Amino acid sequence: MFDLLQKLGHKTLGRFAALGRSTQMLFGALVNKPNFKKGTPLLIRQLYMVGSQSLLIIMVSGLFIGMVLALQGYTVLVGYGAEDSLGPLVALSLLRELGPVVTALLFAGRAGSALTAEIGLMKATEQLSSLEMMAIDPLKRIIAPRFWAGFISMPILALIFSAVAIIGAHLVGVDWLGVDSGSFWSIMQSQVSFQQDIVNGMIKSFVFAMIVTWIALYKGYDCIPTSEGISKATTETVVHSSLAVLGFDFILTAVMFTS
Amino acid sequence: MAKLVKKVMESDLSQSIVEIKDVTFSRGDRIIYKNMTFNIPKGKITAIMGPSGIGKTTMLRLIGGQLKPDAGDILFEGQSIPNMSRKALYAARTKMSMLFQSGALFTDMTVFDNIAFPLREHTQLSEDLIRLVVLMKLQAVGLRGAQDLMPSELSGGMARRAALARSIALDPELIMYDEPFAGQDPISMGVLVKLIKSLNQVLGLSSLIVTHDVTEVLSIADHVIIIAEQGVIGEGSPEQMQNHESELVQQFLKGLSDGPVPFHYPAPEYSEELLGVRNV
Amino acid sequence: MNSRKLEILVGFFVALGIAAFALLAFKVANAGISGNGETYQLNAKFENIGSLKARAPIKVGGVVVGRVESISIHPKEFVPVVNMAIDANYLCKFSDTTSISILTSGILGEQYLGINPVIAPQSAEQRCMGSEVTADEQDAGLDELFGVESKALADGDYITDTKSALVLEELIGQFLFNQGGE
Repeated sequence: MFDLLQKLGHKTLGRFAALGRSTQMLFGALVNKPNFKKGTPLLIRQLYMVGSQSLLIIMVSGLFIGMVLALQGYTVLVGYGAEDSLGPLVALSLLRELGPVVTALLFAGRAGSALTAEIGLMKATEQLSSLEMMAIDPLKRIIAPRFWAGFISMPILALIFSAVAIIGAHLVGVDWLGVDSGSFWSIMQSQVSFQQDIVNGMIKSFVFAMIVTWIALYKGYDCIPTSEGISKATTETVVHSSLAVLGFDFILTAVMFTS
Repeated sequence: MAKLVKKVMESDLSQSIVEIKDVTFSRGDRIIYKNMTFNIPKGKITAIMGPSGIGKTTMLRLIGGQLKPDAGDILFEGQSIPNMSRKALYAARTKMSMLFQSGALFTDMTVFDNIAFPLREHTQLSEDLIRLVVLMKLQAVGLRGAQDLMPSELSGGMARRAALARSIALDPELIMYDEPFAGQDPISMGVLVKLIKSLNQVLGLSSLIVTHDVTEVLSIADHVIIIAEQGVIGEGSPEQMQNHESELVQQFLKGLSDGPVPFHYPAPEYSEELLGVRNV
Repeated sequence: MNSRKLEILVGFFVALGIAAFALLAFKVANAGISGNGETYQLNAKFENIGSLKARAPIKVGGVVVGRVESISIHPKEFVPVVNMAIDANYLCKFSDTTSISILTSGILGEQYLGINPVIAPQSAEQRCMGSEVTADEQDAGLDELFGVESKALADGDYITDTKSALVLEELIGQFLFNQGGE
């Protein structure tokens, strides 16, 4: 019994230590005077790695999710003769929930795991140590541009996701199932509020971007530099950031959409 | 020429570039060094040897300031590394460089950019000048033809030579080599041995080699330090070491399978354990 | 990967993001209606608000002119009070004889507020806005005819003529009661 308690305490302390280390890492990376001349090319490169390269998976998933939403929504709504409400149904569920959340989950799988593996491998091949020995802070050189790239990319990806999904829903709902195009858009417009829905969705997205990128970078930076350690860190990135995103989604939804 | 002579004279005065004073260092509960003291002379090739797993790489990280000792002090050119401010430490690091076991070339840049990297970060030189310096360094290690290759396209020996070119890019005072010969074929090993020796002579810098390749390193080292059992067990010139009275030193240098370092990992009595098996 | 190509691809990515934002802002959420334009407050007491919710639209002849801000219970009279935010363009345009009712869009649709507007006479509007009354005699004559002075609805005023929501159970109960009476 005492043993179990001790183990539990040890584990809790370990969690706190990890949180402390990751906060330290983030502060070390972000708190400094920005050097735009040197930083911009690094950021552009990471925006490409994290953002542009995630574009395809985000757009394809968005298209399919929009199409499925329209199909499912239509079959239910048509029973009440309310198929005109398909537009707001799709738009609201995408802007408030699916856009930010699904993007964050896909991002964790696509870009987050890649970031962890890349930094873990840099650690394993002593590139990080080597930077340090060259008197270059790896937090500023490696971690900071990747963090900003993730933080900027994900809200953009979420916007693209929602837009493509709504186009997909239009494709299925209007062009295939025959909902009236005019009422599809106009009822959507009357129900969707820019501030309430789009801005709040983007705030969610920024929060998720920070969580996912932070976890991915920390897991890579803190991993055990062996092939087993990297694979474990990569898995942990996807699992932890997915759970964190869903948990924070609940909190944010509770704050934003219940008055 | 006069300058060079002066430099040689100075190094003969056995000045130290690094002084390790009473250093104790532990990882978790495991003590790695206990009250260790030794000096690394300026302008010479010093070899630190010892069985694997006694923390030779840790020593280099301590000198580089990446780790801090639990007790004791480490001086680099007379300044205490563990007590330096972050800024001073970074300034000191520009005067030393480290060749990592894996080479640690940046995998997302060409060989040329790898070597230009420290120059671009730490100097205000124009691109033309940087190009000139990089080509000179590449020529020194014989890889001028490989400047546009990516690190993944290099063989192990070439990668290490490219990394060597990078570590001399800023003309450091001290180069630390972490297992430079590990996993190299005899030809690349010979090339590296020759390179380390000639760089030391031509550039007048101090070299610190951590290794367990006894024969290679004894052929070029001026000073040998053997570490085992949490401290220094022998120190001196290669000749002195060959005739060292310590059994442990002799076992290590000659590569005997049994001696003070036992062949068997600590275990219960052999016969007892076998009998135990039969009883079951 | 040379840096020029990189820049183009990143630029493409960001441009796509901006396009998506524009689509969402202008096509999906009509920034005009839900807009944060200036509004003024009106209140109305109802017997029963049914399932009216905050943010429900307020329409005049089907055109949205505002939204329900909040719904509360009057502390003394114990009836629901609906607080509405109306587009400031209509400030002092409605007369105090305007009526408001809770309506339902479609059979299962959401409930909304419908205003049956009575346009305030020009003199009342001017009084309400606090400007000098320059209206002609005709308005004054109308007022005299009805025996009361027309007032326009200003910020914070109450609409007194309200029609509550139709609650199905009450309708059925009423119907049965009437049947029994016959």
